[in-house]
Amino acid sequence: MPTSQLARLLQNSFDQLLAEWKSSQFATVGRRLSASDENTLSANSREFLTLFRQGLETAEVQDQQAPGWAPIREFLVALSASRAKEGYTPSETASFVFSLKEPLFKLLSGEIKDPVELNREIWNLSRGLDRFGLLTMEAYQKSREEIIARQQREMLELSTPVVRIWDNILAVPLIGTLDSNRTQVIMESLLEAIVSTRSDIAIIDITGVPTVDTLVAQHLLKTVAAARLMGADCIISGVRPQIAQTIIHLGVDLSAVTTKATLAGALQVALQRTGAAIVKGHGAGR
Amino acid sequence: MQVQSSQSISVRTSEDVVAVRQLVRKGSLLLGFTIVDQTKIVTASSELARNLLIYGGGGVAIVEIVQNGGRSGLRLTFEDQGPGIPDIELALRDGYSSGTGMGLGLGGAKRLSHDFEIDSAPGKGTRVSIVRWKAL
Repeated sequence: MPTSQLARLLQNSFDQLLAEWKSSQFATVGRRLSASDENTLSANSREFLTLFRQGLETAEVQDQQAPGWAPIREFLVALSASRAKEGYTPSETASFVFSLKEPLFKLLSGEIKDPVELNREIWNLSRGLDRFGLLTMEAYQKSREEIIARQQREMLELSTPVVRIWDNILAVPLIGTLDSNRTQVIMESLLEAIVSTRSDIAIIDITGVPTVDTLVAQHLLKTVAAARLMGADCIISGVRPQIAQTIIHLGVDLSAVTTKATLAGALQVALQRTGAAIVKGHGAGR
Repeated sequence: MQVQSSQSISVRTSEDVVAVRQLVRKGSLLLGFTIVDQTKIVTASSELARNLLIYGGGGVAIVEIVQNGGRSGLRLTFEDQGPGIPDIELALRDGYSSGTGMGLGLGGAKRLSHDFEIDSAPGKGTRVSIVRWKAL
């Protein structure tokens, strides 16, 4: 069967095919769709079938790179990207194209009587649809990766606030996992802030760091050493009892660094060193 | 020693090291470890998982809940097919590192656990297994 004939067949049975495809999609998604999701799915299905029919008029199903398929490829890429953002699962996304097979093959078997020809047509069509399915998966994967990369960049910026808490005193509250990338960013922004604020003391608070292993310790020690070269002292605060015990067992020597259990304790030390003090005024206790 | 449950993670990237730590933390919470014991075993797992990645070129981490004579504990096994360790005694020595680390990871992991086994030979890969038992 030439593809133009297939296009005509699609044209004639368009509404019936669309209805069957939609119901098979609703079945495969498996969860209840909201009314707006259903509308989107209907609109997407209609658009895909229209583009598919138009594509068949000029291009062979097997020849996916043919210019006739360009619109449908663009459509699938955009569809996968939006589905990735909306939190569709990979199987839900892939089944959009794959679920067209059943109603389409049913239509063909009603039309072609010769089993050999039917077989050939189904095989060709199946291969074509598989490639469209793979295209949707590639696009889906790509936009997921973009989302993850964007979140990583956001995290990197979010996680490194250098705060000036007093004259000449900086504080960096560290939170979460300290991998090499993040530590590098933290170290750079701390050293820059030391210069720009002309601070003498930087408090590095590790209350929010769940695991202090030798790599984290090494990063901390390097940061302290770099700050010292610039004439600033560092105090590490937030050393909880379990962290202290673990550091001892690891054999990491932090004795060259001033450490404190709490940020409040570190601030007190920092104030003393800079010659400042917080005193209770007349208003206290009333 | 009886194995009650077992989970494994393939370690190929530094994100996988985070995943190992999280799995070990989950296991130690399940066993009711104290916060100090949790921190010790999680830190040990972090050292060994990173060694697996850096020196072993990646491998697999196995986290098991084990029982022995009424005691329960967490057994962690790290296996790689990397170059192996030519001198284990040297590798365990504090301050010695064939890389750029502090040279405390392997010995530290040993001190942070109750049982420690290491099996390695040049060209044969490395297998490190540690157990931390729940305090009675």
